[in-house]
Amino acid sequence: MSDVSMKGKGLGSLGAGLRQYGMGVALIVIFLVFSALSGGKNFTPMNINNLVMQNSYVVILAVGMLLCIITGNVDLSVGSVVAFTGAISATLILNMKLPIAAAVPAVLLLGLVIGMWQGIFIAFLKVPPFIVTLANMLLFRGLTMLVLRGQTKGPLPGGYTLIGAGYLPTWPVSVGGTSFDMFSAAAGILASLLVILGEVRSIRSRKKYNFAVPSLPATLAKLGVIVFLINFFTLRLAVYQGLPFVLSVMLGLILLYTFFTNRMVIGRYVYAVGGNIKAAALSGIKTQKVMFWVYANMGLLSALAGIVLSARNASATPKAGDGFELDAIASCYIGGASAYGGTGTVTGAVIGALIMGILNNGMSLIGWSVDMQRVVKGLVLLGAVTIDLLNRKKKR
Amino acid sequence: MNDHILEMRHITKAFGPVRALDDVNLTVRRGDIHAICGENGAGKSTLMNILSGVYPWGDYEGDVFHDGELCRFRDIRDSERKGIAIIHQELAMSPFLSIAENIFLGNEVRVFPGVIDWNQTRVRAREALLKVGGMEDESVDAPVESLGVGKQQMVEVARALVKNATLLILDEPTAALNDEDSRRLLNIILSLKEQGVTCIIISHKLNEIDAVADAVTVIRDGKAIETLRRGVDEISENRIISGMVGRELVNRYPRHDRRPGEVVFEVKNWNVFHPEVSDRRVIRDVSFNVREGEVVGFAGLMGSGRTELAMSLFGRAWGVGITGEMYKNGRKIDPESVKDAIDNGIAYLTEDRKGNGLVLANTIRWNATLPSLRRRFAKMNVVDHNLEILTVEECRGKLNIRCSSIEQMIEAMSGGNQQKVVLAKWMLSDPDILILDEPTRGIDVGAKYEIYTLVNMLVATGKSVVVISSEMSELLGVCDRIYVISRGEIAGELQKDEFSQEAIMKCVMNHIARERAA
Repeated sequence: MSDVSMKGKGLGSLGAGLRQYGMGVALIVIFLVFSALSGGKNFTPMNINNLVMQNSYVVILAVGMLLCIITGNVDLSVGSVVAFTGAISATLILNMKLPIAAAVPAVLLLGLVIGMWQGIFIAFLKVPPFIVTLANMLLFRGLTMLVLRGQTKGPLPGGYTLIGAGYLPTWPVSVGGTSFDMFSAAAGILASLLVILGEVRSIRSRKKYNFAVPSLPATLAKLGVIVFLINFFTLRLAVYQGLPFVLSVMLGLILLYTFFTNRMVIGRYVYAVGGNIKAAALSGIKTQKVMFWVYANMGLLSALAGIVLSARNASATPKAGDGFELDAIASCYIGGASAYGGTGTVTGAVIGALIMGILNNGMSLIGWSVDMQRVVKGLVLLGAVTIDLLNRKKKR
Repeated sequence: MNDHILEMRHITKAFGPVRALDDVNLTVRRGDIHAICGENGAGKSTLMNILSGVYPWGDYEGDVFHDGELCRFRDIRDSERKGIAIIHQELAMSPFLSIAENIFLGNEVRVFPGVIDWNQTRVRAREALLKVGGMEDESVDAPVESLGVGKQQMVEVARALVKNATLLILDEPTAALNDEDSRRLLNIILSLKEQGVTCIIISHKLNEIDAVADAVTVIRDGKAIETLRRGVDEISENRIISGMVGRELVNRYPRHDRRPGEVVFEVKNWNVFHPEVSDRRVIRDVSFNVREGEVVGFAGLMGSGRTELAMSLFGRAWGVGITGEMYKNGRKIDPESVKDAIDNGIAYLTEDRKGNGLVLANTIRWNATLPSLRRRFAKMNVVDHNLEILTVEECRGKLNIRCSSIEQMIEAMSGGNQQKVVLAKWMLSDPDILILDEPTRGIDVGAKYEIYTLVNMLVATGKSVVVISSEMSELLGVCDRIYVISRGEIAGELQKDEFSQEAIMKCVMNHIARERAA
């Protein structure tokens, strides 16, 4: 192995890293701009808490949507599936008196089955995904209306609403008159340590194999930003009511799917199918199976989002999840996924979702109308993708 | 002075830090067929893109003079107005539109502004086809997708003619054509010359250049090395090659001394039907065998079914209603999917590396490990990145893949290097039988030699290789035994001592004659 190659490699991964950094920086800048405009309102612990809870479903959907987008397609049905699974969940609990511990797995299974139903058409009958999911968007919205008879079903019991609006156990300590949750703080510190440990391990293994390692200042800067962000969130949440339960669900999903896309063989196959389906097939990859499971997975995550949403609202409504598919798709594109398929990262999609969420939240705080919010979100999507494309062109 | 239709002076073009062209001068005489040769990535296409306005004036340094007049093209339309037309390597046609529509695409005959005059379109399209020749039987209303690649190429030429092109640039026009279609196209170029059209032709097929060119400019590493003119200098394949690689290439095929062993792979009575036209038998009762450490060639005209045969063997990746038997090391196998085939030690390198072989928007490392990822680079379905990097690095050295690093994107590489990545991909899957379909299509002499050397290396370790190629000289140069395929049947088998182009063609002709008689 020559020295030259090592340097080249380091530069290459830095370039990819920079793009993601750019997104992270944009996220912070947007947050600061709105904080200036709203007089610091978005810094309040309650707002941070709301930010997490309001955006949890979009993050969950964006993670699943990312896989669809990597294959070069989209899923338009997720909003309707969110509403339908929420409606079924409410019906199971309120009308059929099913215990929550049984209803939740049943609804998740239902989501998986819905995803498989779409997957059959897409993967094996070769109907274009755009059409299949458009049809199912209509179908499941209609079914939701039928199940709910056009009415809101609620209120859902307290045990259920914990999923969407509850908190992890707390360990409150009084600090200068305000309650402070030591558990949140401890979780933040633990997470920081884990991140640092992970980085050290990765650098060590790279050194062992004689691979290029990023420079010390770059590593320190990266770790500094991540540790700061983690603790900023946990400390803010500590002075509110502690860590929201959905935060742990989100984090779990992000870690799981990052591992899935980066490290697992099947994750690699998803990228291969999106990058060049013929080359993938001639490399021995069962492309139909990959497509099938990508959409089945999307169904499962839609059901999860449906449960979280209905739990947070303590009810199921016919209009629930309206337009969620567009938020999820936009998140992935803002996060750097290509509309042609083959590229995109979970981290990017999550950052994209957070950017959308902070925009929504910030504009609400400064009193902009929903109509205006749509205009701004549209412009941000258009701008982000255009800049990304121009950047890539320049590099060539 | 004014017998020069084109002069390009001191052309320099840089992409970032890379100088694709460095002070290149090119002078083309009116009415000549002027060939441009060079290895992949030497800068030929860049030069032509400057000439045709793809890279606008100001984007490069130096001057372009057409008919003695300084040109400052802003785009392709500007250059077309001067009568310069370019036919790109990848055909730029809309497959579902008719021949006539494609000929006038972007240049429509109009009754009123914005309204197409269909009668004139058809009449003039017909005229253009007649001028090109060889297309008399085709209806101008037929969709382009119904034509073979050779005829599509003719439509491209017709398209350039209706623009009143006086300077025609052809970028690798015969790369995708078989010998017969190539010859036809070259004849057309010769007849255009008689009609006063000047042609610039970029080609890797040196025998063609040898046959038609009046002048040859050799480009190496972004510099114009020399221009040879017929009547003044010697124009021969060897002369051009030595200019291209900067040294004498004594032999175009590496020497080999093989002693093939036992039969390791055998196919008996193989039949395959067309997936869309299910009563059309594309492969008929094909039986052949491959020995250990042997290179077996499949010769035949384009469309004879060689690719279809190979793909149907590769886990039924092509065709329906497949019947027949396949034996490996005497044991009957029946790979039902590509994965099965790979697991059984069979690998197939596709003829279309960009379309079917590689994921262009991903890295060398990523592409190279794709078929063997689960078996070789993963534990419990988790990929070992470090092992991946180490293995691919080693492969890069062994195959001499030129790149900034194994994390380089495939799309940024030259054709020859891309092909080496595809080869690396299949070498890493560790096959016993490696089927290479057109392994050197569109790549330069130097890279070809390296690929032949790799084949020798593989065979020396006891692997067996099947080579499918439209270049007969290549098969004669690298194979130990050749099967000739004609219309989906084995038309003959040639042993090493019977090798010659004539023998191959005789097999094909006899077979066709037998078919006619039957």
